Amino acid sequence: MARCLYLGSFLFTKIVNTPRISMRVKTCLIKTWTPHSQGKTAKCSTFSNILIKINDMYSSSGKSWLLTSSDFYSLSEEKVIIHFINQDGIRTTTAVTEGQTLLDVVVNKNLDISGFGACEGTLACSTCHLIFDKTFYEKMEPTVDEEMDMLDLAYGLTKTSRLGCQVTVQKWMDGMTVQVPQEVRDAVGSKGNQ
Amino acid sequence: MSTHKAALCKVQILKLFLTSARCGRITRFHGVCGLSTSTPASSAKVCIVGGGPAGFYTAQHLVKTRTDVQVDIYERLPVPFGLVRFGVAPDHPEVKNVINTFTQTAQHARCSFHGNVRVGKDVTVEELQEAYHAVVLSYGAEGNRTMGVPGEDLAGVYSAKDFVGWYNGLPRNSELRPDLSCETAVILGQGNVALDVARILLSPVDILKKTDITQHALDALAESSVRRVLIVGRRGPLQVACTIKELREMVNLPGTRPEMEASEFEGIAETLKSLARPRKRLTELLLKAAIETPGEEELERRNRAERAWGFRFLRKPLEVLPSTDLIRAAGIRLAVNRLEGDGEGVRAVATGEVEDVECGLVISSIGYKSLLIDPAVPFDARKAIIPNTMGRVQQTAGLYCSGWVKRGPTGVIATTMNDSFDTARTLLQDIGKGTLDVSTVKPGSQGVSALLEKRGVKPVSFSDWEKIDSEETRRGEIKGKPREKMLDVGEMLQVARA
Repeated sequence: MARCLYLGSFLFTKIVNTPRISMRVKTCLIKTWTPHSQGKTAKCSTFSNILIKINDMYSSSGKSWLLTSSDFYSLSEEKVIIHFINQDGIRTTTAVTEGQTLLDVVVNKNLDISGFGACEGTLACSTCHLIFDKTFYEKMEPTVDEEMDMLDLAYGLTKTSRLGCQVTVQKWMDGMTVQVPQEVRDAVGSKGNQ
Repeated sequence: MSTHKAALCKVQILKLFLTSARCGRITRFHGVCGLSTSTPASSAKVCIVGGGPAGFYTAQHLVKTRTDVQVDIYERLPVPFGLVRFGVAPDHPEVKNVINTFTQTAQHARCSFHGNVRVGKDVTVEELQEAYHAVVLSYGAEGNRTMGVPGEDLAGVYSAKDFVGWYNGLPRNSELRPDLSCETAVILGQGNVALDVARILLSPVDILKKTDITQHALDALAESSVRRVLIVGRRGPLQVACTIKELREMVNLPGTRPEMEASEFEGIAETLKSLARPRKRLTELLLKAAIETPGEEELERRNRAERAWGFRFLRKPLEVLPSTDLIRAAGIRLAVNRLEGDGEGVRAVATGEVEDVECGLVISSIGYKSLLIDPAVPFDARKAIIPNTMGRVQQTAGLYCSGWVKRGPTGVIATTMNDSFDTARTLLQDIGKGTLDVSTVKPGSQGVSALLEKRGVKPVSFSDWEKIDSEETRRGEIKGKPREKMLDVGEMLQVARA
């Protein structure tokens, strides 16, 4: 049993450390093998202890391993999957915890969205403008005047637009896709609106 | 098996294995934080003229996208950030958060800031073009559109650009000493700058004294007799150029009440349903402030208010009327307009009627204007911009432009941000396609430094600015303000060299 566990945890860490494997797969793997608040098994807890120890080892030596320590410790919490599509149509999937704003997500996950969040979430610009699917948009808290005022100035405004700094991640947003206005350039080179 | 010791054992074995067979490290490129410190000899050297938002955003995009681009930003003043420092109102500190991004860019390994260098005087654009593979002009608009009416030179008449520069500590406006001893001030123009000026004139001093407004402006405003501000525009309520956030701030300004003529809003309410949401909400708020009967609480608040503000529409300045001693402004003569056409093509047409308004302070807020800084740069004097296609300056290879000098002086910081990213993309495209030749070795900042030294010009580096920054912050702390700006370039240079 000892040998099996050793091999298992070794393979596990190799898989999880491979960049090419998608974040979604890794998150599933990690979700399965980290302790949940109930139903902890001896196997799970030893496993996660090993992972925690390895991560700490790497963190303390200044190297980044798989995740930051805070990401790692919050693994036992439910993760919400959100997809971001940037100005060039490139899609990135993130697994985030509830309670942070979408601006926090873009900043913390270092997503490649140019010029996002210029005023750092103080309702003084419209650069964290995000477009939502109608079904998700309708479930959100209504917009307050101050947000609407800045949103009114956003480039590429739609009926399902919100400012990312005012939207907080919640469990029911699992699987949601958000996008920034896509850039269209016409022959003259001026920015168009799709 | 579940013992702590056994787990530790496994950890050691795993560690050995992983470190020896380590491959494919996940590296992340964190925004603008550059990781490499060595610049390859064949790197592209780009020079940016102007250290305001346009300059910084262009630099940010360039260094973030290609690892072989070195960017040098040249700025006329010893202090960076342009209108973010000198234009954004003191009571809008959140808008200035972009300075954090600019600071990151300036501290990037492949970016450097050179303040106290006047391009066009200390070094020419041609000399920059010889030293760099590409030069990006991002020097904004330091002039202003004049009303072109008699009396514009009387005491008491200022451009909004100078007035804003005065309360924001722009060195060249430090001696403005506007006379605030009159009761009525008239502002021509109805954009956000006009509303900023109105708000600063009427804000309670208790609010202003906690901002980074300059001390001399604060003192002058504390003594001000201005009690009524009229914000005058050529066209009607549907053409007002300000945005809703600024209008809401006026409506909610403590100690003030709105005072407008209901007759100027005839027929406006009926157009609401056909308007796009941003214009609709703006017009609704305007109507509410101008003609709606307020609730009891609001009525009481208005009755207690000692200061008043209001929009006046369909009025164009004809002449500033002098006082009896002919030295200062005592009033303004306005031509009354009517509107012709509809939708986007609405035009103001004179009716022949005139109206005189008594006032002692006239501030024209009808637009900034770019100026020519070097004869080698093509310039469209009519539009007051550098003629360009997608940021490429016409008829001049290796010369680009971004920001207000490229598009004209309108828009918020985010507009300039997108525009600067566009120019950076164009430049990078040209490098990629080979249209911009970066294969030759250029001296870059070393070449320019040699020239400047010969001419006795000492540039201010970003870490020198940080000394000025700490000193301003320190002086501000004593007074409970975020900073106390230095008003004199000589003083800035002294602190920078300390």
